[in-house]
Amino acid sequence: MTGARILSVENLSVAYEDAGGSYNILDDVSFTLRKGEILGIVGESGSGKSMTCRALMRLLPSSRLRETGGAVRLEDGRDVLGLSQDELSEVRGRRIGMIFQNPASHLDPVMSIGRQIAESIRYHRKLGRTEAWAQMLDILRQVGIPDPESRANAYTHEFSGGMRQRAMIAVALACDPDILIADEPTTALDVTVQAQILRLLQQLRDERGLSIIFITHDLGVVYQLCDTVAVMYAGRLCEYGPKHEVIHHPRHHYTAGLVACQPSSEGGTGLVPTIPGQPPSPRDMPMGCRFHPRCGAADALCAARQPPLEESQPGHSCACHHPADLVAEAEA
Amino acid sequence: MNRYRFVLYRPIQLIPVLVGISVITFVLVRSIPGDPARVLLGPRTTESALARVREQFGLDEPLWLQYFYFVKNLFKGELGKSILYKVDVLKLIATRIEPTLVLVIGSVLLALLIATPMAAIAARRRGSWADHLIRIISTAGLGFPAFWLAIMLILLFSVQLGWFPVTGYGRTFWDKVHHMTLPCLTTGLALAAVLTRNLRASMLAELQSDQATAARARGLPETFVFWRHVVPNSLVPTVNLLAVNIGWLISGSVVIETVFAIPGMGQLLVRGIFTRDYMVVQGVAMVFACATVLVNFLADILTVTIDPRVKL
Repeated sequence: MTGARILSVENLSVAYEDAGGSYNILDDVSFTLRKGEILGIVGESGSGKSMTCRALMRLLPSSRLRETGGAVRLEDGRDVLGLSQDELSEVRGRRIGMIFQNPASHLDPVMSIGRQIAESIRYHRKLGRTEAWAQMLDILRQVGIPDPESRANAYTHEFSGGMRQRAMIAVALACDPDILIADEPTTALDVTVQAQILRLLQQLRDERGLSIIFITHDLGVVYQLCDTVAVMYAGRLCEYGPKHEVIHHPRHHYTAGLVACQPSSEGGTGLVPTIPGQPPSPRDMPMGCRFHPRCGAADALCAARQPPLEESQPGHSCACHHPADLVAEAEA
Repeated sequence: MNRYRFVLYRPIQLIPVLVGISVITFVLVRSIPGDPARVLLGPRTTESALARVREQFGLDEPLWLQYFYFVKNLFKGELGKSILYKVDVLKLIATRIEPTLVLVIGSVLLALLIATPMAAIAARRRGSWADHLIRIISTAGLGFPAFWLAIMLILLFSVQLGWFPVTGYGRTFWDKVHHMTLPCLTTGLALAAVLTRNLRASMLAELQSDQATAARARGLPETFVFWRHVVPNSLVPTVNLLAVNIGWLISGSVVIETVFAIPGMGQLLVRGIFTRDYMVVQGVAMVFACATVLVNFLADILTVTIDPRVKL
């Protein structure tokens, strides 16, 4: 990646606090995003990938959740976690846009799509009604909604699944943000529509220089779309690096397991391998490496000490005492 | 807009409802023990005089024929001649409808003026002392019977403070406003209690909805999100609750008009019942029933306007 750093997340931690105590949901998550980069965050349900994005937008879904440490630095060096409400309003929408898994519930059902987009434009850019409306039509056209003049007056329920996701992308891009956070935007779509949305995101990156954080549990999508990958497990980053490096030469055993779980079209035994066991609950995190109870290469060290996220090759870091590639070499 | 097509055919669907209402009011009124002719003429009278009065008002005819005349009059735009007042019931109602309309509309406006900010404060500051206070008051408000609240308001504002008259309606506009404030407040407060609780609950649900989160993610400030995205979505269930309660309010006007001695339709109805004035009772009941049906019809139109997903 050659672009300038546009966002860096530094040691972000989030805790859930209730009468029973405080539980770490996110622990020490760090990554950077460059201009025009598409970063994929992968992991199982509950690994903290959505929570990371909610935290960096300061949109944690409960008052019991709190950012307990770290920083989210913008291009200009400001920390999102320390912004006032007014500054936050400016960052959300104008700098960072967000799209979600379920567009049907994340769009206002009683306001037309066009008005939802125009509303953001009018609010952020202080434009008049007619100017905002014209810009809105332009954005609908850019995201590939046919016949924008008439579709602008339609409501969410009158759109198909794919069109809804396009509409939500249009809403998020209304004020031309530099960064788009996409929280599993294609999970609820069928494969052909998913491919169209992925192509649209790539096209937006190419045309606008948009940087995208793409959250998914689907490594196949990461492989198609992303430049870099961050793999999360139980609220921690376990591997982070360029897509080809991470997928073809996984160093963390969890990543290796995920790669092995991808169904391939090239035959095999017909059975998709799985990673044995379940991800841990935040109330009951294992000591040491959080993956060690499910890991084939774990030993006493893994159970005792948390492995740090270390850069083994430039740009490729991994948090493992016994990286998978070294284990494989030793066995060979 | 074909979503509004129901406005055309709904009145046709109303016909069986109105037929049902007319039968029920007709039969119910006549099942009250007592004889209108005897009430009119007093205890000391002759059988022949009673018979004459019964004949004059058609009360000696078989029931089905009486019902037929009632319906025939309806088609002529009449509700039958009052036994006591000797004029058409519709004319009687025309002289009495204004205070009742003022009472119902005034109560609804007051209730909305009270409930909307209350619910907004309670929902936006959930768990604060303001929220707790509003919830306690609105729960208590559900428990007070309207007539008791009316008497308490009279004792405080009329008897103790002397701000408002105890009873009556007034002649000039401001005189009427002065007279109707307490009655409207009585029913308005009761209605506000129901609305506040309902509106608070739906606002809370909408505040946590995905669409509100997405609106915040677009950088819209909280107040903007609240009034533009949370409130419109939380109004949908409240509109229907309001319609049901306006129906209750219309019949509740009977009690309030009695307590405050307001010369409205409720009072007319009560007097009609005591004097066994069948025509008045069934006439007023018909008008009340039609008004309730009309209010629900208007609520449906409003719901369709607010929520584009609703198809009727």
